[in-house]
Amino acid sequence: MEANLNTSAQLSLEKERRRKKFIGSEAFYGYLFVSPMVLGFLVVMLGPLLYSFYMSLTDWQLLGDPNFIGLENYQRLTSDPEFGTVLKNTLIFSVGLVPVNIILALMLALLLHRNLPGMGIFRTAIFIPVMTSIVVWSIIWKYMFATDEGFINQILQVFSIEGPAWLYDPKLAMAAVIVVSAMKNVGLNMVLFLAALQQVPRTLYEASYLDGANKSKQFWYVTLPMITPTVFLTLILTVIGSMKVFGQIYVMTGGGPGNHTKVLVYYIWETAFKLFDFGYASAIAIILFLIILVFTIAQWVLRKRWVFHEQ
Amino acid sequence: MNNRKKKSFGTKVIFYGILTLVSLIMIVPFLWMINTSFKDATKIFTFQWIPDPFRWQNYLDVLEKTPFHLFYFNSIYIAILVTIGTIFFGSLAGYAFAKLSFRGSSILFLCLLSTMMIPVEVITIPLFLLMRDLGLVNTHIPLIGIPILGPAGVFGVFVMRQFFLLVPKELEEAAKLDGCSYFRIYWSIMLPLAKPAIATLTIFTFLTSWNEFYEPLIYINSKELMTLPLALALFTDEVGTKWELLMSASVMATVPLLIVFFFAQKQFIEGVSMTGGK
Repeated sequence: MEANLNTSAQLSLEKERRRKKFIGSEAFYGYLFVSPMVLGFLVVMLGPLLYSFYMSLTDWQLLGDPNFIGLENYQRLTSDPEFGTVLKNTLIFSVGLVPVNIILALMLALLLHRNLPGMGIFRTAIFIPVMTSIVVWSIIWKYMFATDEGFINQILQVFSIEGPAWLYDPKLAMAAVIVVSAMKNVGLNMVLFLAALQQVPRTLYEASYLDGANKSKQFWYVTLPMITPTVFLTLILTVIGSMKVFGQIYVMTGGGPGNHTKVLVYYIWETAFKLFDFGYASAIAIILFLIILVFTIAQWVLRKRWVFHEQ
Repeated sequence: MNNRKKKSFGTKVIFYGILTLVSLIMIVPFLWMINTSFKDATKIFTFQWIPDPFRWQNYLDVLEKTPFHLFYFNSIYIAILVTIGTIFFGSLAGYAFAKLSFRGSSILFLCLLSTMMIPVEVITIPLFLLMRDLGLVNTHIPLIGIPILGPAGVFGVFVMRQFFLLVPKELEEAAKLDGCSYFRIYWSIMLPLAKPAIATLTIFTFLTSWNEFYEPLIYINSKELMTLPLALALFTDEVGTKWELLMSASVMATVPLLIVFFFAQKQFIEGVSMTGGK
C-alpha cells in the first residue's frame, strides 16, 4: 500500500518534472509562437469551410432554424437558369481576361526589360492601377464609359463615330468590364515576368547568338522555356482571380444589363446578403470552392510536366 | 555602320512610342479623375482638358457633406492594425516554423499553407454568421481580425518563414549561449534582420487592407464605420452620382497610396518579385 502510494507520488512527481521541463523548452515556444495562427486557421478558415458544406445541405433563410435537406440545393442549381447564366458569364470573363492579361503582361515585360533611360517611369505608370482600389478604378471607368458625353465617346466623336452605350449594351458591357480588369492587373503580372526575365542567364543568349539564333528564335527557344514556371504561376493566379471577380461588377454594372455581367461571387453575395437564402448561397460557394480547388490541384499535377526546370 | 545606327534609332523611336502610348492609356483615367474633380457640376460632361471654372470647392464639399474624415480615419487605423497584426503574428509563427523544432511543425505548416487556397469569398457566409452570433457585425473587428488570421495572414507566415530560413544558425546559437530566451532571440535578433521582408509585407498588407471592398460591404452598415472604398461605392447610389464630388473623393482616397508607393516602389516591386517569382 505504502509502496503503491510511493510510486504514484513518484509518477506525479515525474509528470510534474516533465511539465516543468516542457515549459520554457524549444518545443513549448514553438507551439506558443504558432498558436495564434493555428487558432486562426481553425476559427477563421477550417471551421467556416466545414460549416459552409453543412449549410449547403440546409434550407436556411436567416429566420428560423436550418433544416437538413440533403442535396436539394445542388439539385436546384442544376435547374436554375440564372446559375447557368452566371457560370457562363464567369467563364466568358475568364476566357476574355486571362489570355489578354498574360500576353500583354509578357509583351510589356519584354519591352521594359532593358536598361534604357526612362524604364522606371514606364514601369510605374503601368503598375499604378494595381495599387489603386478596384472601387476607385471602376468608378473612373464608369464615368469614362458614360453614354452621351463620356470621355471615350467624346474621343470617338472626334473620328465621327457614334459611341455606343457601353455599360448598358448587353453585348458590350462584359467586354468593357474585361478591358478595365485587364488594365487594372496587367502590371502585377508584368512585374512577375520582369523578375523572371532577370533570372535568365545571359550566357544562354550569348550561346544562342553564336549559334545564329535571331531575336524571335531566342524568345521561343531560350526566354520562353526559361520563364515557364512564372508563366504557369501567373496563369493559375489570373484564372483563380478571374473566378472571384466582384468589385468591378458591383460598381460598373451591378450584374446588368439584364444578367449579362452577373458572375459567381456576385450571385453568391446577392443570394446570401440581399435575399438571405444562406443555404442556397452556400451551395453556390461550394461550387466556387470546387472549381478553384480543381485549378489548384491542376497546378500541382501539371507543373512538373510542362514547366522547364534547370538540371 | 551608318545604316545600322539609323535602324537602331528608328526602332528606338517605335519602342519609346509604344511604351509612351501604353503608359498614357494607363495614366489617362487618373488624369481624367483629377480633371473632373475640379469641374463645375454643370460642366461634368463637357470636354475640357483644364476645367473652367476651376473649382477647389469640390474637395471642401466632399469634406463638408460626407463624414469623409471618418472614412479616412477608419481606413487608416484598420490598415495599420491589420499590418501590425500580420507582421507580428506572421513573423512569430514564421520564426517558429523556420527555426524551432517541435513535433508536428511541418504538418501544422502544411495545414496553414493549404488555407491560402480557400477563397475568402467561399467562407464569407459562415464567417458572417459567426460574427453575427458574437455581436461583431457592424464593428471593425471582423475587418481587422479576419485578414490577420485568414489567408492574408498565412501569406505573411509564409513570407517570413522563407526569410528566416536564410538566417544562419550561428547567430542564434551565440544568443542562446548568452542565455537569451526564444522570445528575446525573435525580438532582438530575428526581427531586426528581417527588415527587408517586413518592409515588403508592410506595403503589401497595407495596400490590400486599404483597398479591401468585399468584407466592409458585408460587415458594415453604419455610415460612420465605413472605409473609403465602401463609402465611395455606396456614395454613387446615394447622391445619384455627383461625379465631380465622387472624383474629388476618389482622388483623396488614392493620393496617400500613390505617395507611399512613390517612396517605396523599389522595395515593393522587388518584394513582389521576391515573393511571387518562385
